[in-house]
Amino acid sequence: MKKRIIIAVCALLVIALLFVFFTALVMPKYTDSKQIEGRLIGEYYEEAGGHDVLFVGDCEVYESFVPAILWEKYGISSYVRGSPQQLVWQSYYLLEEMFKYENPKAVVFNVLALKYGEPRDEAMNRMTLDGMKWSSSKRKAIRASMTEGEKLADYMIPILRYHSRITELTWDDFKYVFKKPDRVSDSGYLMNVGVKPTPEYYIGMAGDPLYDYTLPARAMEYLDMMKNLCREKGCELVLVKAPTNSVMYYWYDEWDEQICDYAEKNGLAYYNLIDECDNIGIDWNTDTYDMGAHLNVYGAEKTSAYFGKILSVNHGIADRRGESDIAAKWQERLNAYYARKKEMESKQ
Amino acid sequence: MLFTSYGFVAFLCALFVVYYVVPKKAQWWLLLGASYVFYAFAGLECLAFILVTTVSSYFIARVMDGMRRREEDYLTVNRDKMEKEERKKYKTAAKKRRFLVLIAGLVLNFGILAVLKYTAFALNNVNSVIGLFGGRRISIPELILPLGISFYIFQTMGYLIDVYRQKTEAERNPFRLALFVSFFPQLIQGPISRHSDLAPQLFAPHKFDSRGFGYGIQRILWGYFKKLVIADRVMVAIKFLLNDGAPMSGFYVLLLILIYSIQIYADFTGGIDITIGIAEALGIRLKENFKNPFSSKSTKEYWNRWHITMGTWFTDYVFYPLSVCKPMLKLSKFSRRVFGNNVGKRIPLYTATIVTWFLTGLWHGASWNFIVWGLLNCAVILVSQELEPLYKIFRAKFPRLTGSWGYGKFMAIRTFLLMGLIRSLDCYRNVRMTFSMWWSMISKQNIGRVFRQFGAMISSPEKNTFLGLSLSDCIIVAVSVMTVAIVSSMSAKESVRERLYKKPVLMWSLCGLLFFAIILFGAYGIGYDASQFIYDQF
Repeated sequence: MKKRIIIAVCALLVIALLFVFFTALVMPKYTDSKQIEGRLIGEYYEEAGGHDVLFVGDCEVYESFVPAILWEKYGISSYVRGSPQQLVWQSYYLLEEMFKYENPKAVVFNVLALKYGEPRDEAMNRMTLDGMKWSSSKRKAIRASMTEGEKLADYMIPILRYHSRITELTWDDFKYVFKKPDRVSDSGYLMNVGVKPTPEYYIGMAGDPLYDYTLPARAMEYLDMMKNLCREKGCELVLVKAPTNSVMYYWYDEWDEQICDYAEKNGLAYYNLIDECDNIGIDWNTDTYDMGAHLNVYGAEKTSAYFGKILSVNHGIADRRGESDIAAKWQERLNAYYARKKEMESKQ
Repeated sequence: MLFTSYGFVAFLCALFVVYYVVPKKAQWWLLLGASYVFYAFAGLECLAFILVTTVSSYFIARVMDGMRRREEDYLTVNRDKMEKEERKKYKTAAKKRRFLVLIAGLVLNFGILAVLKYTAFALNNVNSVIGLFGGRRISIPELILPLGISFYIFQTMGYLIDVYRQKTEAERNPFRLALFVSFFPQLIQGPISRHSDLAPQLFAPHKFDSRGFGYGIQRILWGYFKKLVIADRVMVAIKFLLNDGAPMSGFYVLLLILIYSIQIYADFTGGIDITIGIAEALGIRLKENFKNPFSSKSTKEYWNRWHITMGTWFTDYVFYPLSVCKPMLKLSKFSRRVFGNNVGKRIPLYTATIVTWFLTGLWHGASWNFIVWGLLNCAVILVSQELEPLYKIFRAKFPRLTGSWGYGKFMAIRTFLLMGLIRSLDCYRNVRMTFSMWWSMISKQNIGRVFRQFGAMISSPEKNTFLGLSLSDCIIVAVSVMTVAIVSSMSAKESVRERLYKKPVLMWSLCGLLFFAIILFGAYGIGYDASQFIYDQF
């Protein structure tokens, strides 16, 4: 009997270990160049702490704001916690989680996500939520984000969701079972050096008319929660609309008015950088990699230089280049940033 | 709550823990509560129907039991005063009174089943007839069909008949009867248990027995393997072949017959394995419902191996009573007189067999497909019986051939294909379409196209699928089906788990393998349609 118990315990232990192994094996590694964005959220933990400004939002934040430039030009220590189609409640819970790691002076939220009031896409949810460490914030973010058919258990035990990948594993899945791939971002900024100009006829073109321009109540509710959370934590919430020039991701004047009203009513700063493109110096022939939907590194550097000034002048974010500890860390990040830029440009 | 849902697995884990922690006397109360919670997930309105069956059956059984006791008391008290003839007369009259009470219970409950399950079917047929004469169609009401109603009503009516036949005691505690009726593992797809088998086990205290519990868990895993890895994965191919009501014909029909046979076997036996496994883990042994049906060498043998508890229910409660009832005895006399002994003796037997199979078909579903399915099974069995003398001559003439391994396999394959052909009535929209599909197997020559498609999938698996299945799906299904076939043939000789129990390292290795096969190769979660067990619908 004693022998049987020992065998049973050992077997259960082996099964548990194999379970961990298979879970790690089938989890998407997001090493494919088409979906590397899936690694962004998880990379935060390597740099968590010591930031004065945190950016949250969808693809527009991680393609428009370069923390390395903010440091280089203004000595602002910042991080971008963005992910593809990051919904406002995901931004809220990510922020809630980040407050456990640090006390920023300002939080910058990109307002495009406010157009969505319902969970949208499971794959996008996964890209944002899988990277989060387990916490009550993650649980709440999952509950808020689940689309029809998704279950909390699938997030808690990811093998239940990704088991079907077992027949489509690649070498990378084995290579990165217990090892993280190299960082894909520079403090959350995802570099793209490609150039695909905005066609002439696109510039100034309006988006398709909508049936209802009211921003969804649920999205505004989470914006309210974000505002309250920031106040509670003693930091300033700054609203921003990143510069874009695309009919596909069109930012309607009606939406803008609602954000302006909200910001005014709640004493928040709001910067619509679409209106500032000329001042920023954006050239839609050279500064976008996908015809105006997102900025490339050249557009992002210009935007960061412009917005950094706003942050330091209007919002009093201190220049910390004189602090040796943090300066050393940022010098490393800056070097890595330029090295990546050089490497990517050479491959173009 | 689907057996394949995460919620059910969590429910089960919690139940196992609590079951062995609560005082032994409270175990059956816990099962009753769990059964009603499980059933409530199917819809609170369904609870009303199961309660009606439970309450009515409780009172009917108690009334019959009371009548029987009074009869016995009366006969005991008046033993000396009554003549033998008088006693016999009294017993007959009393039995008749009890029979009327039984009939009241059967009419009420089968009436509920008939109304809920067959109203739409009956009215559709009436409307078809009315339509022929240009009359106004009757509107068809939308009625709910409570989960597992065919199973729990049959089980409970079996109990009433057994009480009437004095084969089991009437339950004195209505809550005990409620558990017998609603015991959740078998509620939705059987097996259909007998009160005398199940009730004593349900109410007995159960101490945790690691061996029994382990066997139960193994059986559950085996069931999930069949259901999730095989049945739900090949479902894609079946949907592909049925093509949304415009089914594929010719050689594809043969493929459907083969694949549907695999699917329904894996689905139904998988569900029964889960059911029996859960009960076993709770210390309760349920009757086996399958014994390697695809190894059967004849239709009759097949029906002794497939859905055994349903077969025995119809035999015990329909076929036998029908064979010996007064009208049938009169028919027997009449037919012998008119057609002679040889033919005449067959008429009542055939009548009882046809009625039984007609009802079996109807039980499976409210459609002509199922009725024709039942009658075709009946026809094959009766024709086989009639041809038996010829078979005997053949066996006597070619003893080496008919005794050979190859001939045995030929018989099994023949039965498998024949049953598969008849079973395909489940798949097609109506009987006419089914027959035209069967005919297309002969008339339409498209075997080359099928093989080309298969070849294309093999040569460039990243681009092509075969019947909607990728190459990896095909490999997973093929390996899994072979595993099930090997285990089934091994267990026909000796219990596999008894053998494994003697080798714990091997046992745990295989359990681990099974567990990971389910987790990794199961067709569940996002991207797969959560499917009900096929027999839930019956």
